[in-house]
Amino acid sequence: MLSEEDSRLLHVLSQDCRLTPEELSIQTGLTPDYISKKIKQWENDKVILKYSPLINYDLLEEERVTALIDLKLLSQRGQGYDKIAQRFLKFPQIKSVYLVSGDYDLCLIIEGKNMHEIAQFVSDKLSPLDVIEATSTRFIMRRYKQDGVEFVGEEERPQRLMITP
Amino acid sequence: MKHYLSPLVLNLKPSGIRKFFDLASSMEGVISLGVGEPDFTTPWVMTESAIFSLEQGQTMYTSNAGLVELRRELSKYMARKQGLDYNPDNEILITVGASEAVDLTMRALLTPGDAILIPDPSYVAYAGCAAMSGAEVHYVPLRAEHDFRLQVEDLQMAYTPNCKVLVLSFPNNPTGAIMTREDLLPIARFASEKDLLIISDEIYSDLTYQGNHTPFANLPLMRNRTIHVSGFSKAYAMTGWRIGYACGHPDIIEAMTRIHQYTIMCAPIMAQVAALEGLKSGDSPKKEMIMEYDRRRRLMVHGFREMGLSCFEPLGAFYVFPDITVTGLRSEEFAEQLLHEEKVAVVPGTAFGPGGEGHVRCSYAYSTEQISEALFRIKRFVQKRIKI
Repeated sequence: MLSEEDSRLLHVLSQDCRLTPEELSIQTGLTPDYISKKIKQWENDKVILKYSPLINYDLLEEERVTALIDLKLLSQRGQGYDKIAQRFLKFPQIKSVYLVSGDYDLCLIIEGKNMHEIAQFVSDKLSPLDVIEATSTRFIMRRYKQDGVEFVGEEERPQRLMITP
Repeated sequence: MKHYLSPLVLNLKPSGIRKFFDLASSMEGVISLGVGEPDFTTPWVMTESAIFSLEQGQTMYTSNAGLVELRRELSKYMARKQGLDYNPDNEILITVGASEAVDLTMRALLTPGDAILIPDPSYVAYAGCAAMSGAEVHYVPLRAEHDFRLQVEDLQMAYTPNCKVLVLSFPNNPTGAIMTREDLLPIARFASEKDLLIISDEIYSDLTYQGNHTPFANLPLMRNRTIHVSGFSKAYAMTGWRIGYACGHPDIIEAMTRIHQYTIMCAPIMAQVAALEGLKSGDSPKKEMIMEYDRRRRLMVHGFREMGLSCFEPLGAFYVFPDITVTGLRSEEFAEQLLHEEKVAVVPGTAFGPGGEGHVRCSYAYSTEQISEALFRIKRFVQKRIKI
């Protein structure tokens, strides 16, 4: 169970992970020393895995396509889901791997330069695997919101009055 | 046509905020710290439930007192969060914002010749509504040296035998001050002794950053003396929906409902539906907002102290009330010059009563980027003044 202080620290950190311990101290009321130690501990314990910016590639002139790929697995003796999932982790194209409930068993998020590249990857690398019974590929056409951040519509946000009681 | 106007209205001063609003609105590129409303939008579950109800054709009047389901849910909320039991049938009235509840309470209680005790500084509407009831306003100073907590000695000084009502508003707009149970006890004793009724405007009660809020009605013998006024605007980011409420003794709520039925009829049904959904969803929509306000609050207090202004630590609402006397300027001069030189809008403390002199109100209902930029500009402005 997170203490009130630690959830305050995680909240501020998740809003902006570039802040220094001194800046975090101002915004949380905790000492820079405590903050440095806590962050180090979280990093060591793999609670914090990575610091990464959320990039809107749509605004950069760069070809980039994301697809969600559902996989139905053939159950095979001696191979649990964990073991099968391991086989997908090493492909750099695969950004996320989830075990899911429902009609399919695994859900992968794959990034590629274009649809062709992803289709090629699915047919060359995934489909032939003996553990896979069926696949379903869905391409992401437009990103509206990711990680709690809205990608569109910000410019249309209604304006508050400048001064109110 | 002015000679047609009622003398009551002719003597009603325009809000000090209005004057400053007109000035700031005429300029471009202004960063404002001037708003008294959240920068979040209403939690989507609430908005969605209102949209759905409209699609279902819920577009009619409700009973004068408000939807019975909402009053029932509010009664549960008051018991769970505030430790107070109010009967949804005759002790709760749903109003058009807490502002209407304040107005109704004053109109139900005050007649010309009565006096009302109003903390100074405090929210702009109290004195205006009191004046509309023809009551005398007695300001009770809230002092920086007491962290803007109301002191019974000051109350004693302002009291005259025709005082009938005392307004309390903690957490306070504009200072951000709160009052603990221990702070409130002497005030409660004074109210009993002098037979005062209390209008306790607790609209910011969910926005506190240290310890739990104590509702005034919770103090010994205070339940029936207190009209507890609050609303959904601040904690649920619903300012534009205009939805508030009052809880109190059935005789007073009934009198307020009578005025409400002639002037308003009922609060808008879609706002009532959204508020009901908010109460049912518990506290989770509020938690994230409170954490974010807390972070900005610390950032802003630090910023003012670092630039050399004395700034008491506000523990409620979303305002910081720094002392600007070290610049040699009066509140209005400070706000006007800051606006012209650095294009930052703050509200002069005097907009909230004469006791606000020497301070300005800065809201932290803004993104940290906006707050940091505003603090940077204010620092540049202040440092020129302190050197002189």
